[in-house]
Amino acid sequence: MADAPSGNADNKAAEAFLQDGSFRHAPGPYFGSFGGRWMPESLIAALDELEETFDKARNDPEFRAQIADLNKNYSGRPSLLTEAKRFSEHAGGVRVFLKREDLNHTGSHKINNVLGQALLARRMGKTRIIAETGAGQHGVASATAAALLGLECVVYMGAEDCRRQALNVARMELLGATVIPVTSGSQTLKDAINEALRDWVANVANTHYLLGTAAGAHPFPAMVRYFHEVIGEEARAQILEQTGRLPDAVCACIGGGSNAIGIFHGFLDDPSVRIYGFEAGGDGVETGRHAATITLGKPGVLHGARSYLMQDDDGQTIESHSISAGLDYPGVGPEHSYLSDIGRVSYEPITDSEAMDAFRVLCRTEGIIPAIESAHALAGGIKVGQRLAAEAAESGETAADRIVIINLSGRGDKDVATAAEWFNLLDKDSAESEIGKEGEQL
Amino acid sequence: MSSAQAADKAQTTSKSAAAIDKARAEGRAALIGYLPAGYPTVEQTIAAGIALAENGADLIEIGIPYSDPVMDGQVIQAATTEALANGFHVRQVFDVVEGITSKTDAAVLVMTYWNPVVRMGVDEFSRRLAEAGGAGLITPDLIPDEAAEWFEASDKYGLDRVFLVAPSSTAERMQRTVDASRGFVYAVSIMGVTGARTSVSSAAKDVVSAAHGAGAERVCVGLGVSTADQVREIAAYAEGVIVGTALVAAVRDGGVDAVAALTKDLSTGLARETGHAGEEA
Repeated sequence: MADAPSGNADNKAAEAFLQDGSFRHAPGPYFGSFGGRWMPESLIAALDELEETFDKARNDPEFRAQIADLNKNYSGRPSLLTEAKRFSEHAGGVRVFLKREDLNHTGSHKINNVLGQALLARRMGKTRIIAETGAGQHGVASATAAALLGLECVVYMGAEDCRRQALNVARMELLGATVIPVTSGSQTLKDAINEALRDWVANVANTHYLLGTAAGAHPFPAMVRYFHEVIGEEARAQILEQTGRLPDAVCACIGGGSNAIGIFHGFLDDPSVRIYGFEAGGDGVETGRHAATITLGKPGVLHGARSYLMQDDDGQTIESHSISAGLDYPGVGPEHSYLSDIGRVSYEPITDSEAMDAFRVLCRTEGIIPAIESAHALAGGIKVGQRLAAEAAESGETAADRIVIINLSGRGDKDVATAAEWFNLLDKDSAESEIGKEGEQL
Repeated sequence: MSSAQAADKAQTTSKSAAAIDKARAEGRAALIGYLPAGYPTVEQTIAAGIALAENGADLIEIGIPYSDPVMDGQVIQAATTEALANGFHVRQVFDVVEGITSKTDAAVLVMTYWNPVVRMGVDEFSRRLAEAGGAGLITPDLIPDEAAEWFEASDKYGLDRVFLVAPSSTAERMQRTVDASRGFVYAVSIMGVTGARTSVSSAAKDVVSAAHGAGAERVCVGLGVSTADQVREIAAYAEGVIVGTALVAAVRDGGVDAVAALTKDLSTGLARETGHAGEEA
C-alpha cells in the first residue's frame, strides 16, 4: 500500500459505488463492514437522542444559519486556499495549494466540530459537555465552544499528557473548563476517551460527550464529518475559482481522521481526483513504534465502532507512537477504513523524520509554521507531487500542469518547543530544552 | 423473529437458566459472583471460583482482562490491569472456566468486552468456551443490534447470551434485548460503571419490572451490589443478584479465604422473605 503508484480513482469498486450514488454523504451507521455501535446499552438511548437531534438540526434552516454565522463571524471562515509557490519546488514542481485551517480561531479545524456539537448539546437541553484530548487541541476547542455557549466543560486528559502539555491545560482552565488527569491504563488519549465514556454513562441525563474526531459510535463519524464538510466544500469552490479546474490530488493527515474526512468530502465524488490520507509512521512502521492504523492494523472494535485498530493477538489495544500527539491514536474513523478497503482513498505512513523535514520546508519556503500533525500531510504531499511530476514528464506534460491540495489542518505554535528540540535550536541547558525533550507542546 | 424463537427453543438447555431455576426452587434468588481471570494468577482465580461455588454462588462470571474496560470502575480496572501486566492471555480464560466447572456444579459464564472475541474469531471463541464447560457470555459492549455473528455461534454451541438492559433502555430496546437474551437478562442497576455503592438505586426495581414485563423469566441485577442487605433487597424482586467489585476487593485484600467468607455472608441475603422454602437453603 505504501507505494501505491497512482490512480486510486481507477479502482473498480470505487466506480461501482459511484454509479450507485455518492460517497460524500454516507449516512452511517455502517460504512461497508465498518462503523456501527459497539457500545454499552446504557448509552444507546443517548446516541439515539443525539442522532435524532442531529437529523432534525441539519434539516433546520435556523440551525444551518447559526452554524454559518458562527463559521463566518467567530471562526473566521472561509479559510484561505493559499498557493505555496516556493514549497512547490520541493514537490516536483507541481502547483501546491494549502487549505488554511490553521487560520481558524483556536488554530485548527477542530473549531468546526465543537461549535456544531455544542449547539446540538444546547438543543438537547444538556448543560454540560465532556471531551477527551491528547495534545490539548480538541480540549481547548471544546472549552472555547463551552465558554461561548455558556456550557459547563470537563476535559479528560491523560496524566502524562497533562504534564507534557501544561500550557494547554492552563489554556483550558483560562477558558473556564475543568481538566481531569486520567491515571488509568496507559494514561494517554485512548484512556482519556475511556474515562470520558465512564463519565458519560453516569451523567448522560445532563451531559453531552463532545467527541473530537470522526470515530466512535454512530452517529459520531457521520456527524463529525458533517461539521467538517465545510473544509472540502470551500476548497473545491476555491480551487475551481483560482485554477478553473479540479485538483489532481488531495492530501490530509489522519489520526482519527476528522480534518481528512472533511476535505475528502469535497472531492470523493470526483473520480479524477486522487485522494491520500497520511498516517503517523512514528519511528517507522517496521519498528512497531507508530500510529499507522490502516497501514498495519487489523479490523476490530474500539470506542464504539468497528474499524482498523492497532491490537495484539489477544485483541488488546496496542499503544501508538508519534511525534505528533494529535495523530497518536491506535484507532481510526470507520469511514476511512471503508474508503481504504474499496480503494477510493490511499493511506500511507509518514515517519516522524519525514514529517519534520516537511515542517521545516514549509516554515522556510512559505513563512507558515504548520502543526506537526499537518506536517505529515505536507510530507505526503511532497511525495505525491513528485509522483505526479514524473507522470507528467512521461506523458510529455509539465509538472506545473498538475495541482495538489494539502489540508493544513492546524498551526504549529503549540509545537515550537518540540520542533526546536528536534532541530537542536535550543541551548541544551535552557528550560525550553527540558520541555522539548519531554515532548511539551507550548 | 428467528433469534427469539431460537432463544425459546434453547432456553430449556441453558446452564445459566438451570442454575437460576434451581435457586428459585429453593425459594431464593441466585447469587452470581464475578472474578477477573488471572488476578492475581490463573490458579488463584480457579481457587477463588471454587470457593465462590462452595460457599453459595450459583453462577460465576469470569471477566477477561481488557485494555479498555469502559464499563468498569477503579477496583476492577486495577485488578484487570494487574492481570494483564502479569502476562494474562485471553486463551487462559478457558483454563479458568474448565478449572471451575470440573470441580463444581456452578454455571460459569465469561464476561468480556467484545474485541478479544472478535480477534480470536467469534466461532472459535465460542467453540473453546463450550468445550471448557462454559455456560455462555455476558457482553457489556455488545448490543443485539451488532450481534449477528454471536447469535449464530451461541446457537451452534448451545451457549447463553446475556445482554444488558439499563435504566435508560426504551420499551422497544428492552423488548429487543429480552428477546435476544438466553439464560438471563442482566439488569444494570444504575447509570454508571462497576463499583460498590452504599445503596441500591431505586431504578433497579423499575428495570427488572420492565424486563419482566417484556417477557424475561430470569432477570439478575448487577452494578453497585456489595452487601448482604443489598442482596436481600434485590432478592425480593429479581431472580438473581450479581456481585463484582466487593469480591474483587476481597481477592485483593484477603485472597481465597476472604472470597469464601464474603460469599457466605452475601448468600444469607438470598432467601425470599415471602417464601418458605428459603429455610432449606
